Amino acid sequence: MPEVVVSIGPHHPALKEPVNFKVVIEGEKIVRLELDLSYNHRGVEKAAEQRDFIRVLPLLERVCGICSHAHSTAFAKGIEEIMQLEVPPRAQYIRTIIAELERMHSHLLWLGVAAHVIGFNTLFMWTWRDREAVQDTVEEMSGNRVHYGMNEVGGVRRDLTPAQVTAALERLPNLEERIKKYVDMVNSEETMLIRFRGVGKLSKEEALRYGTVGPTARASGVDYDTRKDDPYLAYADVPWNVVTDTNGDVYGRTRVRIGELWESLKIVRYCLENLPEGPIRVTAPRNAPTGEILSRYEAPRGELAHFIRTNGTDKVERVDIRTPTLANWTSVAICLVNQNLADLPVIVAAIDPCLSCTSRITLLDSQTKKTGVMSFDELIRRNRSRDQGLVRP
Amino acid sequence: MTDPVSGLIYILIFPGFLFLFLYALFLAFLDRKIAARMQQRVGPPFFQPFADFIKMLGKEVIDPAGVDRVIFDAAPLVALAAVMTAYLYIPIVGNSPLAFQGDLVVVLYLMSLPTIVLFLLGWLSRNIFSAIGGIRSVTQLFIYEVPFFLALMTPALMAGTWSISEIVIWQQKNMWFVFLQPIGFIVALIGLQAKLERTPFDIPEAETEIVAGPWTELTGRRLAIMDLTVDVSFVVGSALIAAVFLGGPLMPWAVTPAWLAVVVGFFLFLAKTLAVLLILSSIKVATGRIRIDQLNDIGWKYIASASIVQVGIVLVMNYLWVYA
Repeated sequence: MPEVVVSIGPHHPALKEPVNFKVVIEGEKIVRLELDLSYNHRGVEKAAEQRDFIRVLPLLERVCGICSHAHSTAFAKGIEEIMQLEVPPRAQYIRTIIAELERMHSHLLWLGVAAHVIGFNTLFMWTWRDREAVQDTVEEMSGNRVHYGMNEVGGVRRDLTPAQVTAALERLPNLEERIKKYVDMVNSEETMLIRFRGVGKLSKEEALRYGTVGPTARASGVDYDTRKDDPYLAYADVPWNVVTDTNGDVYGRTRVRIGELWESLKIVRYCLENLPEGPIRVTAPRNAPTGEILSRYEAPRGELAHFIRTNGTDKVERVDIRTPTLANWTSVAICLVNQNLADLPVIVAAIDPCLSCTSRITLLDSQTKKTGVMSFDELIRRNRSRDQGLVRP
Repeated sequence: MTDPVSGLIYILIFPGFLFLFLYALFLAFLDRKIAARMQQRVGPPFFQPFADFIKMLGKEVIDPAGVDRVIFDAAPLVALAAVMTAYLYIPIVGNSPLAFQGDLVVVLYLMSLPTIVLFLLGWLSRNIFSAIGGIRSVTQLFIYEVPFFLALMTPALMAGTWSISEIVIWQQKNMWFVFLQPIGFIVALIGLQAKLERTPFDIPEAETEIVAGPWTELTGRRLAIMDLTVDVSFVVGSALIAAVFLGGPLMPWAVTPAWLAVVVGFFLFLAKTLAVLLILSSIKVATGRIRIDQLNDIGWKYIASASIVQVGIVLVMNYLWVYA
């Protein structure tokens, strides 16, 4: 059978975010593929350098619509470490509660998307309904469903009232029941089993070699979770387990995420029940001393790293964000070879790609149609001479 | 059928095309509503399929570059005409006046045409997604068609006739085929689900892989007609299964006077097609899409074998009991 190139994305119903795969198929089998990233450069890192620490947190929260708390916490955590601030335990606990609720809503969302790409829309509708319970809880606590705005340098902005704590605890048993149902479904639901098992296999060695993080790595048996290996917030105090799986396929990734839903629920319950008394923030100085830090955070999709360099002013000199999706992309390209075309969406979805967070910059010369990497100086030069401005693909 | 006026009324109005059109849209609504309620959604209002149909008729028709317009316009109409013709041979309110020996074969043949048309549309679209979808739909056709035909022909084998109306009469005298041939009934339901390209057999139009498969380049009235074809196929398919396996519109005893028989038959038809709809909607909601290679495995290993086993059982039953 001759080889055919199928171009999937950047506008395609399977992928709601801008990425392009040029898939070479033979019949229904994928022979190889080309990945074209970065259709959506937003200049967040550059913009972060223009704002002081109070104003930069809302900006970083908007790096991602789903793991918004992850980005602001990772940044606040790093700056606090440079400033050598002691964040009060109550603030740490509140941050943990929000972080785990965020993980729950992210994983429920993922489960829905994974079900949708295999055409199992019932599960999609169910998980998204249950996700509402989590989002309602977060809305009660923070006033917002996605961009919570809870963090500030030195603590959190809003305290939890006893009424909010009780209301949140009341929602948990129902969620617990639903998660149990999903655990049951992933192990027994026939369509999910035949579409997930053995699809997108990634061995432990490959997972390590291609630098995967988060549930993708843990599903291949890599026991790596920043929350356990480099504890931050309240994770050191809370009893919980790292969920790993040895399947290494989409089935394993589903099991890991559902297991993490369960663990997150436990963490949220523990934190709500053992919320320490005390202040919720300390006053942070205006300026940060000169320093460099790599702040790591286990976002729902895997390890998120913020590299922060300060220079003694109230702004960062440089912030570099390495999102988990970027770390996982190469593994997708490896997984896809020799798979069925029908499995492409589910393999891509299995790393839970969050593309706008990942997109940095791509260059396309409109005359020569060449893509490439642009140096920082070149970028500045082009920016100043607008007449030959950037052309976005 | 001697009287031409009543014949025309039968074909065009009731229970012919006008009723078929309305009932097809109503079943499409019910299907969507049932699925929505099972998925904890609200679902559409009852006139939604009708509104969609009217709206799509009014939309601009876009011709992809290099497409043969005449064939592209004609193909959906051919599909619709085929399934509407098939409908005329199925007993709706008592036996069909157009019935003849062999109408079962004709109906099965006409019901296969929309799939062929879909393949043709996919091929004509000059679009990679449509082409893959078209190839998939015809691959799928080869998988489900054999068991589906076998399952629907085993009742004919037992009743000793190739006419759907006579199969219904045989069931009136003896017993419904769903009890005599349960395996065949299940295979026929699965085959109908596959024929209508509903989950888990929506492989040719897998939205998340190949956009809409052969449907990708259909716009405006072409899309409206093709959508209507699927809705009409649903009515024809469920009516066929109701007639062949569930005793059709006849009560087990004779109903007099004649007008009462028509009313009773009509309500029996409604009840039985709705029952088939409920089963097919439940299958749709309870499953995800399988892959074409998995369908190939399942189809030939289990579904085809099941239908062949059913044929064997029927031959033995014929020998020992029916024609003994």
